[in-house]
Amino acid sequence: MTLALALKTGDLTQLPSRRDEDWRWTDLRGLIRTAPPASPAFDGEIAPGPFDALAADTILFVNGRQRHAAASGAGDVVALRFVSATEGAGHAATYAIVVEPDTTLVLLESHEGQAAGYMSDVTLDIAVGEGARVERIVLVDDHAEAIDIVTAEVDLAPGATYVQTVLTSGARRQRVETRVNHPGAHANVRLDGVYVLDHQRHADQTTVVTHGGVDGVTGQLTKGVVTDQARGVFQGRIVVQPGADQTDARMGHHALILSDKAEVDAKPELLIFADDVACAHGNTIGALDDEAIFYARQRGIPEAEARAMLTQAFLGEVVERIEHDGARAIAAAWVAQRLGRAQ
Amino acid sequence: MLSIQNLHATVGDKPILKGVTLDVPAGQVHAIMGPNGAGKSTLSYVLTGRGGYEVTEGSASLNGEDLLALEPNERAAKGVFLSFQYPLEIPGVPALTFIRTALNAQRRARGEDEIAAPAFLKLAKEKAAALKIDFEMLKRGLNVGFSGGEKKRMEILQMAMLSPKFLILDETDSGLDIDALKIVSEGVNALRAPDRGMLVITHYQRLLDYIKPDRVHVLAAGRIVASGGPELAHQLEAEGYDKYTVAAA
Ligand SMILES: Nc1ncnc2c1ncn2[C@@H]1O[C@H](COP(=O)(O)OP(=O)(O)O)[C@@H](O)[C@H]1O
Ligand SMILES: [Mg+2]
Repeated sequence: MTLALALKTGDLTQLPSRRDEDWRWTDLRGLIRTAPPASPAFDGEIAPGPFDALAADTILFVNGRQRHAAASGAGDVVALRFVSATEGAGHAATYAIVVEPDTTLVLLESHEGQAAGYMSDVTLDIAVGEGARVERIVLVDDHAEAIDIVTAEVDLAPGATYVQTVLTSGARRQRVETRVNHPGAHANVRLDGVYVLDHQRHADQTTVVTHGGVDGVTGQLTKGVVTDQARGVFQGRIVVQPGADQTDARMGHHALILSDKAEVDAKPELLIFADDVACAHGNTIGALDDEAIFYARQRGIPEAEARAMLTQAFLGEVVERIEHDGARAIAAAWVAQRLGRAQ
Repeated sequence: MLSIQNLHATVGDKPILKGVTLDVPAGQVHAIMGPNGAGKSTLSYVLTGRGGYEVTEGSASLNGEDLLALEPNERAAKGVFLSFQYPLEIPGVPALTFIRTALNAQRRARGEDEIAAPAFLKLAKEKAAALKIDFEMLKRGLNVGFSGGEKKRMEILQMAMLSPKFLILDETDSGLDIDALKIVSEGVNALRAPDRGMLVITHYQRLLDYIKPDRVHVLAAGRIVASGGPELAHQLEAEGYDKYTVAAA
């Protein structure tokens, strides 16, 4: 049951629907009434990607087809771009990444809409070797009318470190799902997210982390700002399997709702089947603090500027956790720009 | 300078201020003392335009300009500064960023140029040193994790940097030990000037040993029930507020 399968076969019954518990807030079956034509090969101009200047290697997909030859493997900072360039057409792509033991990789991934109303499904397989370290930044910048599903399956070896920050501005329907196989064994995971949604945009950030062994750490912080009639979805599940003792797992999701018609649906879940674990989650959904706004205004800051400052500071906590300096600066600028639009 | 005439205000339909009349001429420091719940903080909030307070009668003006018609940030740009009884924590906004944003917003509102970054930093370092505030603290989220005394010092720092025309200090002494009280008072006294007025709200006479008022007023049950010279503060300290709360009830 995936968008990719439906695109390939034209069989819309393959689409996930609200009857699937994990898709109840991101229904595709009820949304997509006719299968789109397959996206054609596209060899026109592609605008530069957001991370081009930072990466030694760029891997470019356009309309689901890989355009460049495989990466040289020379650099440990790689830009991975998925560009949708044809209006109204659908495509799917898969890509596998193997990170050798004791190496590092900074993966700067972007999903870029350079046309209106496309459908895109991308699946990544990321295998992180023993003692290896990966930072994945995912910037999803879709067209408002797009349908975009991004799924990553991440397999960690003992002692691996995997940190991730997903930044999205939503689409007609959009989901970024990350599934992590966590072996415990001093492997360390951080999964962060930011969403900034306006108009009728929808963004779903879903994570599933399965702790399979002792001594694993997972930390998660996702924050979102929604306005107009936008809808944010956060689903975070952490499973601690029998025997995965001494797991340390913490999850936080916090959202600001800036208008009456905006909506946030959140489902943090801790499923714990082991002993002696430290697990906690926090989930808050609310408005900006009126007292803080008055305080700023009393100092002379006009209301709109005070709101923008407080909203940006709210999301800034997540952005500041990005370790790669260049990527953090780009993420901060992107968030500021999206907020400028969302105010 | 500040002129308050027969000011009445309600909070959620509950009358709190019931006809406050008060004049603070330029160059003077007036103290407002009174029992808890008298309406002292309410007066400071009504003067600065906090939401949830409705003025039902009376007026308040600064140098002839109607304050009540202005937005809170416009009042600030005209020079009204409130040192909060309970300063807010602003996570994610460093004190330096917050103060520079405020200073530049006020300057823009007055048609002045923004302050250049080097000049701002120099000023911040100078003022922080005078208040014995570790400069590194100014790089952290404003007031986040600060002690009560540190927050009050941070209020005075903001005041010193924004250089307002009229200062309202709401129980700036609460939560301060004697050393901090001296530092804060010095900071306030440094701002005394012929063209500047101050309203010092306090529950205790102690603060007024350090910030010497020209006049002392007693606010009880929403009205000024007594006014006098500095000796009135000592009398209150000795006798308590009982006589006024009984009289006002
Ligand atoms: N937001 C509010 N809602 C309801 N009552 C309030 C509110 N703020 C203040 N009051 C009431 O107004 C009165 C005056 O409060 P306040 O101005 O804080 O007094 P003071 O600062 O003199 O101690 C008190 O009775 C208090 O309970
Ligand atoms: Mg008070």
